[in-house]
Amino acid sequence: MTTTALAGETMSTPIDDPYPLPPRRRPSPLALTGLALVYLILGIPTLVVLIVVTVAIPFVALGIGVPVLVMFVPFLRQLARIHRYFASQVLRTPVPSPYHPRTSQGVKIVVQDWARDPARWRDLGWAYVSTTLGWLLSLIPVTLLLGVVWFAIFPFIYWVTPAGVFDMDWWVVQVHDQQSSFSMWIAAGVCALVWWLLTPPVSRARARLDLGLLSPTRSELERRLIEVSASRSETIDHSAAELRRIERDLHDGAQARLVSLGMSLGLAEQLLTTDPAAAARLIEEARATTTSALGDLRSVVRGIHPPVLADRGLVGAAQALSLDIAVPTSFAAVVPGRAPEPVETAMYFAVAEALANVVKHAHASAASVDLSYDGMRLRAVVADNGDGGADPAAGTGLTGVSRRLAAFDGTMVVESPAGGPTVVTMELPCVLSSPKTSPSSETD
Amino acid sequence: MRVVIAEDLALLRDGLTRLLEANGFTVVAAVDNAPSLAKALREIDVDVAVVDVRMPPTFTDEGLRTAIDARAARPGLPVLVLSQYVEQLYARELLSSGEGAVGYLLKDRVADVERFVDAVRHVADGGTVLDPEVVSVLLSKAAANRPVDRLTEREREVLGLMAEGRSNAAIAGRLFVTEKAIAKHTNSIFAKLDLPVSEDDNRRVLAVLAYLQG
Repeated sequence: MTTTALAGETMSTPIDDPYPLPPRRRPSPLALTGLALVYLILGIPTLVVLIVVTVAIPFVALGIGVPVLVMFVPFLRQLARIHRYFASQVLRTPVPSPYHPRTSQGVKIVVQDWARDPARWRDLGWAYVSTTLGWLLSLIPVTLLLGVVWFAIFPFIYWVTPAGVFDMDWWVVQVHDQQSSFSMWIAAGVCALVWWLLTPPVSRARARLDLGLLSPTRSELERRLIEVSASRSETIDHSAAELRRIERDLHDGAQARLVSLGMSLGLAEQLLTTDPAAAARLIEEARATTTSALGDLRSVVRGIHPPVLADRGLVGAAQALSLDIAVPTSFAAVVPGRAPEPVETAMYFAVAEALANVVKHAHASAASVDLSYDGMRLRAVVADNGDGGADPAAGTGLTGVSRRLAAFDGTMVVESPAGGPTVVTMELPCVLSSPKTSPSSETD
Repeated sequence: MRVVIAEDLALLRDGLTRLLEANGFTVVAAVDNAPSLAKALREIDVDVAVVDVRMPPTFTDEGLRTAIDARAARPGLPVLVLSQYVEQLYARELLSSGEGAVGYLLKDRVADVERFVDAVRHVADGGTVLDPEVVSVLLSKAAANRPVDRLTEREREVLGLMAEGRSNAAIAGRLFVTEKAIAKHTNSIFAKLDLPVSEDDNRRVLAVLAYLQG
């Protein structure tokens, strides 16, 4: 595998995609040697990060270790991610991401979260092994290939260097003139054979070593499975309830109004000749009924998929939301592209619910909506200057939001001390498509 | 008056054509997609365009965008935008595309033929017509430190009706007061919103804009 192929691949797969697709073909020894070279180079930053993190951990108690960890632990995770990806390609097995989802914000709490996540500790353990045993394993194919090249060009080198420099007199290998220097081609052949035979098993050994340390343990997979099934059944329940609500809204609202519209028009038809005045009144009534039927349909449509979201995507729709609410709300968005539609919809309803809470409960005089994307997650921050005291565990609309986001592996963090202000941060992991800059910022 | 109609649903397009022709308009073009609308507005001399927001080819907000682009090329080109739903975002975009001669109405309003025809004429004459739904959202916005907050309840009501594009006479009729009383209210609104005295009818539009921009 070459590095360019990898770069293309990682860009199209989401970062920390739990199941990257294995390649169709077995990688060739040459590709594996290229990979080994990449491993050797990656060993340098890994060693640096390893030393920094190891030194910083004892200093966490003193406080100075915390910012260092905040800076370097994500590096370690990225290095581990790259190795996890390579290993999954070499062994052609999918590797799920082992990390716990983030549950909180704030520098100190993030470090605590990491400390509780066994996957982070395994990353560290892996870094020790990877920079020692792993590095030596990767050295083998590279050295062998360099040997092949060296022996192959040896006669040429012998020819250009002054006589005697490369003369050899070792047991069977005897080089003392230009002609005998070609005997080194035999060594090149032997070396090539060893390289050809040894590279695949050595590369697989390295990949297994990485995966053994970097993939989630059985208990972690079981925990993840339980989480996924729970969020799936919640999502199904939620959709079923939504469908029932839509059916009821249509049945009791628009449908009933259209029936009464038909009746009014039928009656008007009858009265047209006998009592034109009454007929005119009925037609007038019918017109009013069409307007309310349209109103009903509009609210149903908004509940299914808001039209602005369809027109403008998340950024436009969130801007429209912040314009529509009764509290003056500033809006800013830097999202270079479009998220997948289900993600946009989930985020839209989450922002809508958060804003609805601002209006209903916060007694705020100002609010703000911020959308951003950090390369991995789409983030929406809804803040207000109200009373605070919002509790997502109290079974309010916020619980619904957090469940809805959980279905997409997203998270919601509510910071709302009594007395305010309230900051709701919602994140959804996703990959943006059609990169186009749509920075937009407006203050109301 | 020469009208261009842009609406992708044939049923509604024919209905609008029939309705406007019955009320003395000449429909010079009735198109069903955004590129044809842009072409028609470029090439044909029209007094007003009645445009649906959502149109082919992408079925998003192409009608609106085409109308705004056309107004950039021909400032003051009267455009009445019709939509299945009203969005403040769109109302703002339309209003900021030059002063006056714009309208933004829910499609439902077509059912009230007389008022709809009035709205089309008003826009063609350079006036501003906003849907009551947009106006009511604006009215309900309890914002701090905005000039609009200096208005009394009654003045706000008058401004709301003004934003819907009604004349003083119509507002007086609606609120069951004399036209003179309305003139007094409008003057006080202009004063409170710091709009200098002038004979220009555009002050009404400016008042609505001040209102929207909060």
